Amino acid sequence: MNIAATSSFVLNRRHLLGIEGLSREEILGLLDLAEEFVELNRQIEKKRTSLRGRTQINLFFESSTRTQSSFELAGKRLGADVMNMAVNSSAMKKGETLIDTAMTLNAMHPDILVVRHHASGAVELLAQKVDGSVINAGDGAHEHPTQALLDALTIRRNKGRIEGLIVAICGDVLHSRVARSNIILLNALGANVRVVGPSTLLPSNVERLGVKVMRDMREGLQDADIVMMLRLQRERMNGSFVPSSQEYFAYFGLDQRKLAYAKKDALVMHPGPMNRGVEIDSSVADGAQSLIREQVEMGVAVRMAVLEALARNLPNA
Amino acid sequence: MLSDRRPILLANARIVDPSRDLDFPGDVLMADGVIREAKRGISAAGVPAGTEIVDCKGHIVAPGLIDIRAFVGEPGAEYRETLATASQAAAAGGVTTIICQPDTTPAIDDPAIVDFILRRARDTAIVHVQTMAALTKNFEGQEMTEIGLLKAAGAVAFTDGARSVTNAQVMRRTLTYAHDFDALVVHHTEDPDLVGEGVMNEGEFATRLGLHGIPTAAEAIMLERDMRLVALTGCRYHAASITCRQSLEILQRAKENGLPVTASASINHLTLNQIDIGSYRTFFKVTPPLRAEEDRFALVDAVSSGLIDVIMSDHNPQDVETKRLPFAEAAPGAIGLETMLAAGLRLVNNHGVRLTTLLGAMSSKPAELLGLPGGTLRNGAPADVIVIDPDISWVLDPSDLKSKCKNTPFDEARLEGRVVRTIVAGRTAYEYAST
Repeated sequence: MNIAATSSFVLNRRHLLGIEGLSREEILGLLDLAEEFVELNRQIEKKRTSLRGRTQINLFFESSTRTQSSFELAGKRLGADVMNMAVNSSAMKKGETLIDTAMTLNAMHPDILVVRHHASGAVELLAQKVDGSVINAGDGAHEHPTQALLDALTIRRNKGRIEGLIVAICGDVLHSRVARSNIILLNALGANVRVVGPSTLLPSNVERLGVKVMRDMREGLQDADIVMMLRLQRERMNGSFVPSSQEYFAYFGLDQRKLAYAKKDALVMHPGPMNRGVEIDSSVADGAQSLIREQVEMGVAVRMAVLEALARNLPNA
Repeated sequence: MLSDRRPILLANARIVDPSRDLDFPGDVLMADGVIREAKRGISAAGVPAGTEIVDCKGHIVAPGLIDIRAFVGEPGAEYRETLATASQAAAAGGVTTIICQPDTTPAIDDPAIVDFILRRARDTAIVHVQTMAALTKNFEGQEMTEIGLLKAAGAVAFTDGARSVTNAQVMRRTLTYAHDFDALVVHHTEDPDLVGEGVMNEGEFATRLGLHGIPTAAEAIMLERDMRLVALTGCRYHAASITCRQSLEILQRAKENGLPVTASASINHLTLNQIDIGSYRTFFKVTPPLRAEEDRFALVDAVSSGLIDVIMSDHNPQDVETKRLPFAEAAPGAIGLETMLAAGLRLVNNHGVRLTTLLGAMSSKPAELLGLPGGTLRNGAPADVIVIDPDISWVLDPSDLKSKCKNTPFDEARLEGRVVRTIVAGRTAYEYAST
């Protein structure tokens, strides 16, 4: 059965570069549209034709299995022709070379470019140079908007709401684009957001983003409805930011003991991939309170929603 | 264990309690390892049966000293000093708590080694022993240690001993991280590049001796940098060894700006100067180097004013192999646990430093800084107490020293006043037998 989308939501902008700047209505519109795709994706027949004839290029300057395959599947299920381009970022220099790449691609008339880049702001720079739509699939430590949307969808489906929930975002906030996008989105929808981690992994003035800052997990998790763990990159572990994985896990890793400080029905999330035994204990990651696998499922639906909502606004749509 | 500890009454004493700035005639009663009372008029009749009554004959009774900077060779250099010998030297000098420095082999940069030190001390030492842990792994100044786990294991503060963390980014992150754990960072402020090949204070005297000099700026620049990083991070910071006027000015400004900063000076820098090196006497080679007399005077004033919070021994035993060498090649360091107080009394006798100020800088201030229970004669405090006879005039004979190494700069020095009894946890750990 081919379910037709009932939502007529249109994202009235050419690109999705971040959550910042999206209105509450736009966010909710995307989430509602994504709900429909969740249902579609659970059918045997998953294909739609709304992107038929469109070309989607996944331009990944930084490797990512999860996000790239999620976008690829989303594009294909909507009928787009999807091409994956992995660009060795070390062979590239920023600035002109990035623009050169953009111009080269632009000459091939893609309709949608899904871009991941290791430098904050690179996706926005590229968006200025191309004619089609650009979706930010993660730029440096800046934003990862589809991750925030899929997190919000996961929360809403499990809690029935986002407003008023206490969400603790824990760990390496400093390097996390996921954290930034989530903070902006969850605030826009009325959640109470906390960030929890060692000061070395918290950006300066992060409280100005409208979050409570806590440095102790027990305090930070107290009465939380949602515990969102972040990945600690292993190269950040020794010496520079935290002393060792052993100490990090002891004070900031999520295990059952720390989770007990959160509400009884608290739910655990992680954008993946996880470092088990570093930021999260296996018993929690695989436990009854974990939404981690559901997040992956929601990822495809959210990306379909974003692609479709942008495509509805493309020329000749 | 407690049953063999008789109560002690120190009668007819001059009680000096720097934690409350008190100096009055009275008596001190100790039982079960704690101070029961320190007041005027505790009569022998009013004490528990079996109490050992000591007539102090008007001598000073004060809290036991807490030495926050002692290098002990255990583990790894037991030929220089062990926890046992250091503790005997400490008891003879009135030091009831030693704070070990982490520069041992292996370095105290792992919770298991903190545990080893504390257990070893329980088994072999006759005074209390606490330890600082390394600030960076293996003192390399690159990777911070497990500050949380080390603190949980019992480390009272974090330091790279006689080494400075030169990388400002590493220092910033370490201070930031330490602040989350309310850990105290103790830093030796000496820029190694400016120290270069220097072996003594830079100036005319070094020029005359033909030795490479170390400028006071080597200390001041590093301290100034640290003050900026403390302002940025809010971490509790202790300058390990201040030696010159320039540093005092920086410290003064930092304190006036409300930064959580404290500082120590070693007994060597407070009582000796670069001229004492004389004809290349390596017992006077310490790090940072002994400075000019005007710097020493400034340090003494800073103790009086409270700008310098703590006086420490900087006890660093070196054997003949490392000291009987040409000055430039000899290892720096001097022992000091046994002589810290006696030498410190020179500041009282010759420079007008108040006795409570001196004793406070060696007991109540370090206790406060490290969150230790001693350093006071309040009721209920640990019975770590010393009796000082301020009138004993003596000449230091190195062969009388308890320390394994004899590298004392006070070799044959005439000293005024000495500890005659040291009580640790209610037990007499040292008693001076005048001959």
